[in-house]
Amino acid sequence: MQQEVVLALLAKEPSHGYQLRARLREALGPLGDAMNDGQVYVTLARLERAGQVTSARAAGTPDRPDRKTYALTADGQQRVAEWLAEVSWPKPDLAEFHLKLLAAAAAGLADPLGIIDAQRRELLRRLRDAGRAAMAEPDGSEAALLLEGVVLRLQADLRWLEACERSWTGRKVRP
Amino acid sequence: MNADPESMVRARGLRKEYGKEESLIRAVDRVDLDVEAGETVAVMGPSGCGKSTLLHLLGGLDRATAGELWLAGRRIDRMSERGMAALRRDAVGFVFQAFHLMDELTAAENIELPVLLAGRSPRAARRRAAELLERVDLADRARHLPSQLSGGQRQRVAIARALANRPQVVLADEPTGNLDSEATLDVLRLFESLHEAGQTLVIVTHDSRIAATADRLIAMRDGAFIDETRLTGGTSGRLGALLNLDS
Repeated sequence: MQQEVVLALLAKEPSHGYQLRARLREALGPLGDAMNDGQVYVTLARLERAGQVTSARAAGTPDRPDRKTYALTADGQQRVAEWLAEVSWPKPDLAEFHLKLLAAAAAGLADPLGIIDAQRRELLRRLRDAGRAAMAEPDGSEAALLLEGVVLRLQADLRWLEACERSWTGRKVRP
Repeated sequence: MNADPESMVRARGLRKEYGKEESLIRAVDRVDLDVEAGETVAVMGPSGCGKSTLLHLLGGLDRATAGELWLAGRRIDRMSERGMAALRRDAVGFVFQAFHLMDELTAAENIELPVLLAGRSPRAARRRAAELLERVDLADRARHLPSQLSGGQRQRVAIARALANRPQVVLADEPTGNLDSEATLDVLRLFESLHEAGQTLVIVTHDSRIAATADRLIAMRDGAFIDETRLTGGTSGRLGALLNLDS
């Protein structure tokens, strides 16, 4: 779990770890299923050691054991502010696939069109999974917006594969 | 060639040509297709690849130049005009990109029309329309004219109309082509519920998102099928693997 995300979730008010986890589940929906429940606690512990988070133990009751409340330190607050101001965007790694096609063709090891087909099938299955997950989300769901992004991205990748297919069709590949 | 007797739609060597000699265009070129009962199949390709022509052939809106075609075990490529008209009315439901509703009829009347044309009573037609409007979640829009409905609502009325005579197959041509993303999702959810109810569905589209909702996806170029992908079974990984969340 990215440290800045956990810090930012604490920016509004101090929280228990389980509250952060629930907040993440809501925001990510089915995409958060892969997230390990322990990850939030591991991240909190690291942030505490780095002096960006402090914790206080709240007294528990017999049916609810002691629970730690986490809060941001001044350092933590500054890191959140820097993170929000930072412009970053994930970079898709298209070069690897591009070079795979070139290498396969040059060495005569595999048909680039076969590689493109296999890749397209995988992306279409992912698109189906993401599309179905989006359909299953209720109106106003936060996760639906995230799923929309996943769907649009996969569609863009599929369009690039079409361009690859057009380019490699009819190109001379060493036998 | 062996054809699966279970097929709801079956085509062998289907061909549609326009023009002559030099200017001959093969809009559909030797297509073999089997769609099982209850299956959703998407045919995907760029505009002009022949997918709409193929859909028109399958639904009896147009006749093939050559090839054999069956619907629910009935050979239809050699059917009389009368037979074709009855087939389009009773056995096939069409959904078009531009909806094609009758502008002067209300939502309910648009759905009643094919039921009446099939020779059933006005009472039966009204009952069927009410039932279908309920199903597409537009019971409160029964008396609205198409012009008073949003694009997504019009397409849902069109889908209800397509279902009016309990067709054996629903054929949809770019059904979400004129819709925004929210209305698209509504239409896809509706198709999904039809699929769950066992409706056979053939969708032609250029949109990978729509195509990916099918059980099976066929890629079409220059009138011919070039690739087929079975989409059921899903990815091996969890949805979260679509993002880098588990790192």
